[in-house]
Amino acid sequence: MTAIRILVGTRKGAFILTSDGKRKKWSINGPLFAGWEIYHVNGSIVQPDRIFASQTSSWFGQIIQRSDDGGKTWSQPGSDGAAEKAEGMPQGESNMFVYDTSEATGKPLTTHQWYDGTQHPWEFARVWHLEPSLDDPDTCYAGVEDAALFRTTDGGVTWHELAGLRGHESGPDWAPGAGGMCLHTVVLDPANKSRIYCAISAAGTFRSDDSGETWTPINHGLRSEYIPDPTAEVGHCVHRIAIHPSNPNTLFMQKHWDIMRSDDGGDSWREVSGNLPSDFGFPIAVHAHEPETIYVVPILSDSLHYPPDGKLRVYRSRSGGEEWEALTKGLPQEHCYVNVLRDAMAVDTADPCGIYFGTTGGQVYASSDSGDSWEAIVRDLPAVLSVEAQTI
Amino acid sequence: MIRVVLPHHLQTLEVAIDVDGVVTQRTVLDALEARYPMLRGTVREHLTLKRRPRVRFFADGEDVSHESPDTELPATVAAGDQPFMIVGAIAGG
Repeated sequence: MTAIRILVGTRKGAFILTSDGKRKKWSINGPLFAGWEIYHVNGSIVQPDRIFASQTSSWFGQIIQRSDDGGKTWSQPGSDGAAEKAEGMPQGESNMFVYDTSEATGKPLTTHQWYDGTQHPWEFARVWHLEPSLDDPDTCYAGVEDAALFRTTDGGVTWHELAGLRGHESGPDWAPGAGGMCLHTVVLDPANKSRIYCAISAAGTFRSDDSGETWTPINHGLRSEYIPDPTAEVGHCVHRIAIHPSNPNTLFMQKHWDIMRSDDGGDSWREVSGNLPSDFGFPIAVHAHEPETIYVVPILSDSLHYPPDGKLRVYRSRSGGEEWEALTKGLPQEHCYVNVLRDAMAVDTADPCGIYFGTTGGQVYASSDSGDSWEAIVRDLPAVLSVEAQTI
Repeated sequence: MIRVVLPHHLQTLEVAIDVDGVVTQRTVLDALEARYPMLRGTVREHLTLKRRPRVRFFADGEDVSHESPDTELPATVAAGDQPFMIVGAIAGG
């Protein structure tokens, strides 16, 4: 029988929520890594009990954790489990994210644009997003702040930068968004192993067709009134992109403002915000079985990071955009001023499709009927940074 | 034997390490990181080995965060009577 595992990253630890296929009763395990910011927890599709977690702190830096038993036990990759027990401290060194400056593969350390327009050197802060490979459990991608893409091919023991992205000639024009200059979205094309998409705030969307060696900005059609040239090649604050595995040439985007879609692998984009009450927001997700059914959570504006009218509404389009319906059943419809962050919405692959999202108020909401109705699995976690759903 | 007190975020733990030669911030942290490689990057930056901005070092009650990493630490620390304390700057987060 199908089981569902929800991986939740919060400001003060990780939580794992599990249920059977009915998705009515949930057990809650956590906090794991209590006190640390857990930006993302994500499992391998090919080996679902292998889960990576990004544990981070402005004080003590970055740590990568890995579980090989579905989240029951964790270690830093490279640690010797026996030594860990005996000594009380992991022995691994999996937190080394160093920009590639080697002559062979790297680029010289470049600079990017700072808030005030001056140039600023790249400085590693944290891993925002972990994206396990679709076919190899030892390979995982890490999107980091300051924006760059790293990859491990040894299960997280060592990480190497795919420096062609940061070395792109547009790098000096990239600038931090309110959350820092982060590479927050990594999308792997299930039909084309060598194609990778990523999104950076605030630079835009990039595509590689050679497994991450070289990159092309794909932002044609985006219009951002908050940058000097609204249709510039880079500088757009893309918040999230999503695809459906059956139709990977179609991409959906929640931009800072605007919902966008592309039907040519990102070569061009058009706006599909339609009748949304606000087209500002962070996450965007695609239904597991309906490639044209998409979900967003409208937020009032970039300075007012809460839903319009104090009503928490997920909006669903069954036509790939333009026409949207509010989903409200089970969600607070008054006095609600939480935000839903970019990595905090996910879908399972059960039937009917389950949708999950977490809020900055610590609620994790679930729908087991494609969004028609919602229920809080848990209400009082620390602010939720990320949500992933595993169907096992 | 040098006693090193770690921030509780990393591990609620006091560890004892041996340091060969002169006892300085650098030799203590080198020995600590050699013994516990997972601490690399958490107290000092990778490669540059500079103290992370929100970490401070205390030795025998004195703030030595801004001392040269090669300055000899107090004899009380070298003798193991007092710990070398690694502290997260301010309490919160």
